[in-house]
Amino acid sequence: MPGKTLFDKIWDSHVVAEEEGETLVYVDRLLVHEGSRHSFTMLRNIEMPPYRAEQVFGFADHYMPTETTEGGIPGVRDNKIRGMLELMEKNTSEVGVRYFGFHDPDQGILHVVPPEQGISQPGIFLCGADSHTSTHGAFGSISFGVGASEAGHIMATQCLWQQRPSPLRINIDGTLPFGVHAKDIILGVIAKFGVGIGVGKAIEFAGSCIERMSMEQRMTVCNMTIEAAGRMGMIAPDETTYEYMEGRPYVPRGKLWKDAVEYWSSLPSDEDAVFANEKTLEVEELDPMVTWGTNPEMTLPITGTIPFPEDAENEDQRREIQGALDYMDLQPGMGMEEIEIERVFIGSCTNSRIEDIRAAAEVAAKGTAKVEAWVVPGSKSIKRQAEAEGLDQIFTDSGFDWREPGCSLCTALNGDLLNDGQRCVSTSNRNFKGRQGPNGKTHLASPAMAAAAAITGKLTDVRTLE
Amino acid sequence: MKSFTKLTAIACPFDEINVDTNQLCPTRFNKLPIGDPYLKKVMFHDQRFTQDGKPRNTDFIFNREPYKKAEIIVADQNWGIGSSRESAVYAMASFGIKSVIAASFGDIHYNNMTKNGLCPVQLSQEACHELRSMLLENIGAKITVDLEELKVIAPDGTEYEFNMHPLKRRCLIQGLDDISLTKQYMDAIKDFEANHHKSKPFMTVQKPS
Ligand code: SF4
Repeated sequence: MPGKTLFDKIWDSHVVAEEEGETLVYVDRLLVHEGSRHSFTMLRNIEMPPYRAEQVFGFADHYMPTETTEGGIPGVRDNKIRGMLELMEKNTSEVGVRYFGFHDPDQGILHVVPPEQGISQPGIFLCGADSHTSTHGAFGSISFGVGASEAGHIMATQCLWQQRPSPLRINIDGTLPFGVHAKDIILGVIAKFGVGIGVGKAIEFAGSCIERMSMEQRMTVCNMTIEAAGRMGMIAPDETTYEYMEGRPYVPRGKLWKDAVEYWSSLPSDEDAVFANEKTLEVEELDPMVTWGTNPEMTLPITGTIPFPEDAENEDQRREIQGALDYMDLQPGMGMEEIEIERVFIGSCTNSRIEDIRAAAEVAAKGTAKVEAWVVPGSKSIKRQAEAEGLDQIFTDSGFDWREPGCSLCTALNGDLLNDGQRCVSTSNRNFKGRQGPNGKTHLASPAMAAAAAITGKLTDVRTLE
Repeated sequence: MKSFTKLTAIACPFDEINVDTNQLCPTRFNKLPIGDPYLKKVMFHDQRFTQDGKPRNTDFIFNREPYKKAEIIVADQNWGIGSSRESAVYAMASFGIKSVIAASFGDIHYNNMTKNGLCPVQLSQEACHELRSMLLENIGAKITVDLEELKVIAPDGTEYEFNMHPLKRRCLIQGLDDISLTKQYMDAIKDFEANHHKSKPFMTVQKPS
């Protein structure tokens, strides 16, 4: 028998039943947020309490104000947004789930707080009501996003019907060149292999570069697996993982910790494990990457030039490129560095962790923001840490706006919006039409590249900044 | 949940690839509860309406007759990619859409459709293309989506077979929601759970330190 992959091992240990090729899997942890109210309504409609309330965690993030939280929930001006925050308070307290809510000292984004709290762990099956739940796969877990009905189903039964995805391995090899970050790797993967590479796949990221990465970098890579259409992204647990986890609030202690580490150490893919497919990316060939179009595959090195539609391989692609150019208001042949920008957003579950904030601050210290530039930490605990390191001061001295934690301009649900048609360099994960506001034009990039754009007012190669 | 068995209805050809859920439901409408009357206007809202909800762009296909009454969409690759938001499906359903034929779908969106009684049909890219051409030549033509027979019948009578996962198909045809199905497994779940937590006690949620 061939060996098993990391994915196989975790999947196989969570199968409750099988019917007609669908598998009923057991879900160890569920993450929900203010947008999950339909799931709570479902529970109410079927008159069932949550099956395992202690395995469900709630977060205030999508609708959190990031300008100020003074005045509490009543201080939120927009009726509908305030309503969402109030409803989540009510829903979570009614069914008794742990809620990292508006006033919680550890409030933050649902993909940022669970790793900090030790809720994300190797070997578990974790679902979240947001597609970027793949982030938690960085710990060596099966983690993916579900819709509101599925989240309701998990609350009611702690299980989910799933089709088994097939495992794909992407090897990231080499040493990261100067000025190139985890974000550039995942953008590079999507640019190289396409937004469709992961369809129906559980993607394991491996290779020498991944092995040397910090947990924060690994999370950035796994976070955007979904942009490659992957069902989930995952990385084998190792010493880096255990070191990051040990002592965090929800992590097992004492003898249980030892047993856990022993078990976790058995999870990495066997030498002779078989993957449906395998790809490799050498990071030495990477430059800092920025998206120019309306999906994350439309990515170029900062040294690149905007493509000509007529160079496309077929008519479909030609139309797609033309459509993106029209929407983004860009001319073929233009250098990436010629693109002038109007806003900068540093934040989101992709890039709002302390290492991201540090990388941005280092660049911000080199100049003064020429455009409106926001820094939105992913959680209150990151905010505290950054302030303890004096990073907030660097930002404000350089004319950046240091804000409260939340999803903010990643998805523009909380009232943080681009003005109509504005062009924004963003460290988030999606450059779809209108995601950051009506007709908003989004260029995805790393925190260092976003900070560089803020101080020059255009897309800029961070490696050339003095 | 409403059941879906067989539907013959006006089909709208929509040839853009990579239609993401943000176009199906712009983020700011995520807040609308199911049943909100404005939901009817949300699908492709920003192409159909101005910011304050006034009609615009009469050229846009869903703003035109007979497609205002379309119940089927024939799309291309990657329908419903992007965010997991189920509101994209509520918006489609409120518009009156009951089935989407496409060459491929966003994973979560596909599931969200079946869980709300909408029938996603995956056909080859050529088949989608042929169907759209027929619809363009014959404005307002009807297509049949037959989930029991697993086939699509084109306006000219051509039949295309498709596949759907048997369990998803059964739930759609019976209008059976997943929770009712899973409830039949409660004993198996309890057994599994007891064993799971006994063999791997560190996987249970710990009291925070
Ligand atoms: S930051 Fe963006 S992608 Fe991440 S959880 Fe919030 S809305 Fe979702």
